Amino acid sequence: MALSLVFLFSAFPLYWLVVVATRGNEAIAQRPPALLPGREFAENIVRTLENPAANFVQGLVNSAIVATATAVSVVFFCSLAGFALAKMRFRGRNIATLAIIVTMMIPIQMAIVPMLIMMDAFDWRGDLRAVIAPFMVTGFGVFLMRQYAQQGVPNELLESARLDGCSNLRTFWSVVVPQLRPAMIVLGMLTFMQNWNEFIWPIAVLGPDNPTVQVSINNLNQGYTSDFALMFTGATFATLPLLLVFVVFGRRLIGGIMEGAIKG
Amino acid sequence: MFFGKLDGKFAPYLFIAPFFIIFGVFNLFPTAFMFHVSLHDWSMIGGNGGFVGWANYAFLLTDTKFWNALLNTLAIFVIAVVPQLLLALLLADVLNRRIRFQGFFRVATILPYVTSIAAMAIVFGQLFGRDFGLINLALDTIGIDPIDWRSNRFASWVALAVMVDWRWLGFNTLIYLAAMQTIPRDLYESASIDGASRLRQFWQITIPMVRPTVLFTVIISTIGQMQLFTEPVIFSADYSGGNQNQFQTVAMLMFDEARRLDNFGYGAAIAWVIFLLIVVFSLINVLFVSRIRGAS
Repeated sequence: MALSLVFLFSAFPLYWLVVVATRGNEAIAQRPPALLPGREFAENIVRTLENPAANFVQGLVNSAIVATATAVSVVFFCSLAGFALAKMRFRGRNIATLAIIVTMMIPIQMAIVPMLIMMDAFDWRGDLRAVIAPFMVTGFGVFLMRQYAQQGVPNELLESARLDGCSNLRTFWSVVVPQLRPAMIVLGMLTFMQNWNEFIWPIAVLGPDNPTVQVSINNLNQGYTSDFALMFTGATFATLPLLLVFVVFGRRLIGGIMEGAIKG
Repeated sequence: MFFGKLDGKFAPYLFIAPFFIIFGVFNLFPTAFMFHVSLHDWSMIGGNGGFVGWANYAFLLTDTKFWNALLNTLAIFVIAVVPQLLLALLLADVLNRRIRFQGFFRVATILPYVTSIAAMAIVFGQLFGRDFGLINLALDTIGIDPIDWRSNRFASWVALAVMVDWRWLGFNTLIYLAAMQTIPRDLYESASIDGASRLRQFWQITIPMVRPTVLFTVIISTIGQMQLFTEPVIFSADYSGGNQNQFQTVAMLMFDEARRLDNFGYGAAIAWVIFLLIVVFSLINVLFVSRIRGAS
């Protein structure tokens, strides 16, 4: 009972997003507002895609590039570091682990002012590099992969790889990566979502000519008269790819998060 | 453990180096540089206008706009986070039992976290509309007068808290659920045999066992809430947070000063104060939780 209420609370705004996106502005202005989906989705899509301020197609393509690039990068570098911290013995290991945990407390958005100055210096304003590079590694990712590697990679496997004469990198690639795969999928999906949804930094650093999809939505929201059907359609557009990914992989993702917590 | 002794003494350093290099260049350096900027009169167009020492910080202490924004941020934090975490604990407890459609509900709980913050802020902006908003309409049917969610200060805080809770409730529930799964089942079984009620089991077994996780979520929520930005920006359609700045958060003020007023130095000072506040709040939380642990 309580669960069903929470489910309604969670689902209703998403449902209503689709309702307005498949109708027009009158769906919001009429009393009572419409509660069932309409038939104007195709028309709204065309209007959204043609809106010059939004640059929507470019936004979708850019978001796909940015989210994929950061997900691949985070998964690779964080598993590498996580594995080293979990399974290799070296001087400064504890300090490095502690440092990574502390970095999780630095709120990156707060550094937005100097990051803008820095991007100006690199001449990366309006360039996708500006929204990829700062998110290529995360402290959370290293921490997560370290937890998994500690439990999920048996020492015997590493030992036998050593006896077979594998180099460290080779061992990582052929022995560790297959063992870490479930955790890597979880981290990859979380990173993809996070960067697909990233809002503040892309708006600050990217211009309207080269937006991510969140910047496109924001551009639909600007101006004196708001066209809500357009914004809702754009928002649906930005949400659907993630929803699809989630419906397909959702259980696996949740299973992965829970498993990690249990093992950690 | 033994593994590192073999080939290539430098291999582990090579493995962790990319993290530290990338993080150092793009996160740590800007954070440190932000402090440098905050000690200068710095504008985007004119660049560095000279060293001013602590002047930006001194001005901040007397700036009513800053105190107003800080009050808004803290108020929304309290209204949002306290009920959210309590509800998440209860929900996780329910999901931790054997119930029908367990998998479905678990996936459904986290759906809001998947959706884009910008998209949902627009939807909620409409739901909380004064004249045509569905929420006022629903209130009307039970005899409550329409609420002006944007101009009334407290109402705007509540609206923003609802948006925040909508997005994060499921995420926190899942984190609690994960922690609860590590509690040995026989603890509950023996408590049941001793005649402890469900509620009593919740307070005396579940809550103490997940206390470190609660601390983790409180700190994560503190970090997130002190930076609250996207929801109020879209709710207000600019950085002002209403015509009286009634729901302007510190992150909005920082952005407003840095971009619109071209006052980078002052923006950087605000950013550092927010960062310090996060550290202080986190420490207070850690002390508070360890105090409770010591007492029990």
